[in-house]
Amino acid sequence: MAVIDDLADVRTGDKGDTLIVAVVARDDAAYRLLETHLSAEAVGERYAVAANKTPTRTLMPNVNAMVFNLPGVLGGGVTGSPVLDGHGKCLSYHLLDLELPA
Amino acid sequence: MNKTIRLGAGAGFAGDRIDPAAKLAAHAGLDYLVFEVLGERTIAAANSRKISHNSVGFDPLLQRRLEASLKPHKGKSPKIITNGGAADPRSAGQAAVETARRLGLDGLLVATVLGDDVRDVVREIDPVVWESGTVLSNETAELVSANAYIGSAPIVEALDEGAQVVIGGRIADPALYLAPMIHEFGWATEGAEDLLGKGTMVGHLLECAGQLTGGYFADPVTKPVPGLADLGFPFADVANDGEAVFSKLSDTGGVLNCRTATEQLLYEVGDPARYVTPDVTADFTNVRFKQTGTDQVHATGATGTARPDELKVTLGFKGGWLGEGQISYAGTRATERAKLASEIVLERLHEVHGINTEDLSVELIGTGAAFRDASPTVQSPEVRLRIAGRVDDQVSADAIGWEVEALYTNGPAGGGGARRSVSDVLAVRSCTVPRSAVTTRVEVLEA
Repeated sequence: MAVIDDLADVRTGDKGDTLIVAVVARDDAAYRLLETHLSAEAVGERYAVAANKTPTRTLMPNVNAMVFNLPGVLGGGVTGSPVLDGHGKCLSYHLLDLELPA
Repeated sequence: MNKTIRLGAGAGFAGDRIDPAAKLAAHAGLDYLVFEVLGERTIAAANSRKISHNSVGFDPLLQRRLEASLKPHKGKSPKIITNGGAADPRSAGQAAVETARRLGLDGLLVATVLGDDVRDVVREIDPVVWESGTVLSNETAELVSANAYIGSAPIVEALDEGAQVVIGGRIADPALYLAPMIHEFGWATEGAEDLLGKGTMVGHLLECAGQLTGGYFADPVTKPVPGLADLGFPFADVANDGEAVFSKLSDTGGVLNCRTATEQLLYEVGDPARYVTPDVTADFTNVRFKQTGTDQVHATGATGTARPDELKVTLGFKGGWLGEGQISYAGTRATERAKLASEIVLERLHEVHGINTEDLSVELIGTGAAFRDASPTVQSPEVRLRIAGRVDDQVSADAIGWEVEALYTNGPAGGGGARRSVSDVLAVRSCTVPRSAVTTRVEVLEA
């Protein structure tokens, strides 16, 4: 079993209450593996995206990367939620121990 | 013959370090140095400061940043472009003039860019607020600020007039970098979207400063970065065809490679095919990076399509009060005691102080709380309970921290290190207004 931490780097950013997750594969082989197995649904489930919201994935093969948009995860964004890390900057590391069937 | 200019990143947010910019200004041979210091929250907070606390409405570190970068160096000083005027570009311009005179730089031309403050415009147009889906006049909270994201045009105008320092408010981050390209290369602002897209990509890569050179990237195991305490900020050599090479000073910390560049390219970019700015809708989907030397990366392939007809506006509303309390539990059954403590406080806040439990957030710091609802609570040798909530009045907000502190003598065993705080909250929302409704102008001052 491989985990994301073996295959890619992850950086998160925020836009309103949408968490934007950029996953950058370490090489071509890792990118192909992620393209096959790291679906928008898998990432959405990992971050507990609500059932009435739709996570999306955009592939960026030129730079071996992909971008996920996870609506609603930040609960009102940096000024709307009283939690400490309103931007969701810590959340990139939540993806790293997700296991892929490989 | 290709013309090339060198643009440096002097700051990537309001709280950024100052010394990396000073090093760039002194040793990098820059043509331009950019301080990007405004987030959505920062501009609203600056407005609030200006209005309610009788304090400066511009970046509090602006004069220190200017002083560190304008000090007479051997050779030329770079021209400086910043959105650090925040809610009060005019006063920021005056402050810059004072700083220049103090440094003996009499005659320095400082331009201020005005017109991003659109409170009157939004009151008249009454646009739909994105988050609520209703028109502005239906919002019950008091509007504190409204700032339109403005593009590169007024900066270009200021540079054309010979300004050496350009200070604006809510100028879009990449526009701070795109403007000198348009000024130096004479790019058309309509019909040359691919060039504007390339220039915007350069601005996007530089706008967070140290995030391109290993900041917000470093991991001691998978992504080791040397010298983060002396992180070197990036600069770019941009040619008049939009091709760009990014690097940093060799005697500074950090790293710049295709991995750092790719992470920053995608940072906060929800749709890489449509990165909307006031100047162009940039498309990053065909961008490629190539390492061309130590800490040196060549970027190519950005394109662009027409700019939007509407400009985004950040609205700041009074948003009530935030109250917060924290207390630590350590050792055996730390998590259980912290949970018990949270139940006590929630009951007290509801029963005694009349605060809705839904308005409160409970975080068991140390158990994976930063992952929010997405992660199960794990056992930890030390847990810090944090209870916070946004409420309408200051007294209720204060009760939140008070009830946490009262756990000392009324709660579970071994609670220590309680802290409490209260602050007023600004709620940030967005809308758009027609481009034609926003009028910018440039004022030039001489030191």
